[in-house]
Amino acid sequence: MREPRWLPWARWIVLGSLGLFTLVPLYVMATTSIKPLGDVQGDFHWIPTTISLQPFADIWRTVPLAHYFVNSLIVASAAAVASVTIAVFAAYAISRYRFPGRRIFSITVLSTQMFPGILFLLPLFMIFVNLGNTIGVELYGSRTGLIVTYLTFSLPFSIWMLVGYFDSIPTALDEAAQVDGSGPVGALLRVVIPAAMPGIVAVTIYAFMTAWAEVLFASVMTDESTRTLAVGLQGYSTQNDVYWNQLMAASLVVSVPVVAGFLLLQRYLVQGLTAGAVK
Amino acid sequence: MVASTTPRPGARRGTGSREGGSPRSSGRGPGRIAALIPVRLRRLGLPYLLILPAIVLELLIHLAPMLVGIWMSFLKLTQFFIRNWSAAPGAGLANYEIAVDFDSAVGASLLRSFTVTVAFTVLAVGLCWLLGTAAAVLMQGSFRGRGVLRTLFLTPYALPAYAGVITWSFMFQRDSGMVNHILVEQSGLLDERPFWLIGGNSFVALLVTYVWRVWPFAFLVLMAGVQNISDDLYEASAIDGAGWWRQLRSITLPMLRPVNQVVVLVLFLWTFNDFNTPYVLFGGSAPEEADLISIHIYQSSFVTWNFGSGSAMSVLLLLFLLLVTAVYLVATSRRRSRA
Repeated sequence: MREPRWLPWARWIVLGSLGLFTLVPLYVMATTSIKPLGDVQGDFHWIPTTISLQPFADIWRTVPLAHYFVNSLIVASAAAVASVTIAVFAAYAISRYRFPGRRIFSITVLSTQMFPGILFLLPLFMIFVNLGNTIGVELYGSRTGLIVTYLTFSLPFSIWMLVGYFDSIPTALDEAAQVDGSGPVGALLRVVIPAAMPGIVAVTIYAFMTAWAEVLFASVMTDESTRTLAVGLQGYSTQNDVYWNQLMAASLVVSVPVVAGFLLLQRYLVQGLTAGAVK
Repeated sequence: MVASTTPRPGARRGTGSREGGSPRSSGRGPGRIAALIPVRLRRLGLPYLLILPAIVLELLIHLAPMLVGIWMSFLKLTQFFIRNWSAAPGAGLANYEIAVDFDSAVGASLLRSFTVTVAFTVLAVGLCWLLGTAAAVLMQGSFRGRGVLRTLFLTPYALPAYAGVITWSFMFQRDSGMVNHILVEQSGLLDERPFWLIGGNSFVALLVTYVWRVWPFAFLVLMAGVQNISDDLYEASAIDGAGWWRQLRSITLPMLRPVNQVVVLVLFLWTFNDFNTPYVLFGGSAPEEADLISIHIYQSSFVTWNFGSGSAMSVLLLLFLLLVTAVYLVATSRRRSRA
């Protein structure tokens, strides 16, 4: 593309401002996490006067962060694996078969994505509480309840992305596998899944991130023993004081796994979006 | 939005013919049925078997609660009945009547929250789309630092929502925050430190935080859209003498229209339903000026424990979203077919 002479300037001004806008909070988060408590209660300073790694040691004692971390890890991993497994089968059916109800299924699944979470929250809360009362299945406050809820949040997007991925894999490949004696499921497992691995990994990361960051249901559906990070971080603010340095350190620690995963896989995510959304 | 609704030529051969026909019409005579049914049934049933887990979960977690929610909205479901909802008396339309009676305190605050949410959504979606488009268009081509910038731009989106929002709430602190440090001490634009997390400024604080967190999504999708535009189009138009602006107006933006249609709709739904940002930014309850509808319903449900009333508000919200989405889809597809 031919570029006019002013374009590099415009590019650096616009992208530079956006970069600054993006960067400043990240900088504040990082620098605040290494300040002693006294330095975060008074005036703000761009450059830390005293550097202290104490907040990173304190965060584990102020609140049971490790416990919340494990809870989040269990819930998010289980939700991600379950969601992607279910999505792979559904997406394979949609991509490879023409069957009555296929269109209705796709539209229904996608449209649940648009419903407000608050709409499900009150009924699900009621259902979970009353299931516990009547048949003794305690979903309220349990990890299972949270896992099942979270996996449905990422399911529509996962199916949608994977259909795009599977469509881009030539059907000749699975037909060849079927000629070799595999059934349709064998073709899915032995040919399609390996070929779609980047997409599957990207979708898994997405599902994990969704569950890791969820606040609304976590704030209502968990109790002290199953509390996840999204809610647990509130523990750093007491009635009198907010431990901002520890809060920033904890935010940093809980962000590292998902940000690292996301950035490593952003290329696949873009590819998946290109395949699924734009086509 | 549905990835593929048109049949593809590569799709499994022979499956198309089965679409309309009922399974019973195939195979005549008892002997042939016995031979055929296992295979045919398996083949016919397989796609349904594959989507069964997804259907069951969608029914259990989304559709059933939605129906229960609609049912709850007609009940007098106050705190006494939470643990035993079968005993809750019916309320008829009372929950709805209170919610839309704008002279009552409940109705008036719902209307105010709705107005705030509409204003917030229009501004936030507009800004996210604008920033995303600008960045996606300017990131076209290759230049030094492109990869680093892209990674940087995507970081707020990758961050768990609460981590980014907590940081903003620290920056918006009146006495120890970065924002007032710049405005008052460093630039001297203001003489007095304003409050950002209470009062009228809280709307601005919420908007800035939300746009920071969500514009990378618009950028990500639009960038994928821009990359999908064929280089041939630009080369052909360059030969015809088209300049950069002309190419932007005649190629890039028109080619992005299908992507824009999806991005704007998704942004609208997310923004209108946003709960995380105000909940974390203001620590549980939002000030009046930034009282988005989701947190408003949440607050009024869990403070009063009146789930019937909360459900009625949720149903009204759903109806509104369905209406807007339907109008939007009709309007955009009509424009597309006319173009």
